[in-house]
Amino acid sequence: MSRARWLARELGPPLVGIGGVISIWAIAAALTETTAIPSPMAVWSAFIDGVRDGTIQEAAAKTLIRLAFSFVVAVAFGTALGLVLALNEFARRAIRPLVVALQITPFVAWVPLAVIWFGATERAVVFVTIVGSFPAMTLATLQAIRQVPPLYERTGRTLGAKGWALYRKVILPAALPGVVAGLQQAWGFAWKALTAGELIVAAAHAGLGHLLGRPGADVPTLLAALAVILVIGVAVDYLLFGRLDRRIRRRRGLLVET
Amino acid sequence: MADTITTLEPQPAGPAEPKLAVRDLVVTRRTASGEVITATDRLTFEVATGEFVCLLGPSGSGKTLLLNVLAGLEVPTSGEALLDGRPIDGPGPDRAVLFQEPTLFPWLTVRDNVELPLELAGMPAAQRRTVADQWLATVHLERWADAQPHELSAGMRQRAALARALAADPDVLLSDEPFGALDAQARELLQAEVQRVWVGSGDRKTFLFVTHNVREATLLADRVLVMSAAPGRLLEEFRIHAPRPRSLDDVLVARVVSEIHDMLMREVDASVAREMAR
Repeated sequence: MSRARWLARELGPPLVGIGGVISIWAIAAALTETTAIPSPMAVWSAFIDGVRDGTIQEAAAKTLIRLAFSFVVAVAFGTALGLVLALNEFARRAIRPLVVALQITPFVAWVPLAVIWFGATERAVVFVTIVGSFPAMTLATLQAIRQVPPLYERTGRTLGAKGWALYRKVILPAALPGVVAGLQQAWGFAWKALTAGELIVAAAHAGLGHLLGRPGADVPTLLAALAVILVIGVAVDYLLFGRLDRRIRRRRGLLVET
Repeated sequence: MADTITTLEPQPAGPAEPKLAVRDLVVTRRTASGEVITATDRLTFEVATGEFVCLLGPSGSGKTLLLNVLAGLEVPTSGEALLDGRPIDGPGPDRAVLFQEPTLFPWLTVRDNVELPLELAGMPAAQRRTVADQWLATVHLERWADAQPHELSAGMRQRAALARALAADPDVLLSDEPFGALDAQARELLQAEVQRVWVGSGDRKTFLFVTHNVREATLLADRVLVMSAAPGRLLEEFRIHAPRPRSLDDVLVARVVSEIHDMLMREVDASVAREMAR
């Protein structure tokens, strides 16, 4: 298959989806003629203005640095906790309900507490992001390990694997696709929690979420900031985790090529 | 005929200790509904070093559980399972297991799968690659060394699993109907392969092979142990002296096959009758 055809097949459907939304939006903007629904062109020029004066790049850079830090901490801690819960039944029964409770708590509920504990600072936002995303990682890791077919473990043991070697060589590789699904989920939660945190904790200067909460901002600017948040979020999900997931599944023969 | 088949007469005790011994072994299992089923009932037999023994029996005769006990994956309810005279306590690299499913690990290449037991045994990388490639060549998979398991046919996967089982140089090979899920041609090829590998190796492995295929058992075994339907007991023992490599067209082999087959059919009929009478 030629590269052009591959690109068309790969990018065609999402572009049709996005194009459809923008068309409906343009029609709605033309029909209503209120400032509450600006036209796509108005948002585009607000975006260009933001790029020209550097506010969008600066905000995106700040947000991505915070995110990288929070996400790495959340993934490392979440995966390690998931592993501990998978290994130890007492820990699982003691701690799993707490993690589930954290998972179903709206992360915005942590913002006021975080501000009291850490002040209206960057640290408060990072805290909310970590608390908002690590439970997904822990639960996905635990689930992935517990769903490893028992025959893999038995085979590993008859091949001489025991203790930590059994985990390192058999159980964890077998659980990898489920762990990557958890990464993808945790990324969604982290991105949401971080931008919402930035929006509320205005003092956590700059950041994309902060662009959404600037006093006196007009609607096109707000929508431009929102679009940047969406595009970065989807791009990372699709290009990083989606690719990783497909690569792992293709290698294992779990991906049906259509 | 008399020197072809020996029925359950006590064998003269050899000077050497048996490689595997099972004494009064009772294994029970619990069904999903909580019912306790006796899978094997006071089973006793021995396997000598270098001997190829086939365990033959109708489904549900506890063959798989028995094999798992010997593999160290299950604990017997009572009785003993011994390896070199010592009670079996967990799995070990001295006993390789071929399951019905090849269970190659899908995240590893075929070669890495074969290398895994060697790696776990602490063999240096260069050496284990050499050993793995030798075994892959033995089972005619050298061209597939870098493939992923899902790219192989079912028969090729089971051959790779055989290479992996033998690579670690175990004393004992335990197989649980490893060719049961294969088509007739692949099955025949693999039976020939096992005969060739086993006869060809300098110091022969002790082989315990579970099957419900009479031809397979007769083709491969020095001795066939026929088990009853559940709860599994030993019904009969056939010693097969036909020269190797054997062929199913061999008159001697064909005669043993039909004899074992008749006996097994009588047992299946009897067990169905018992089941109906309940």
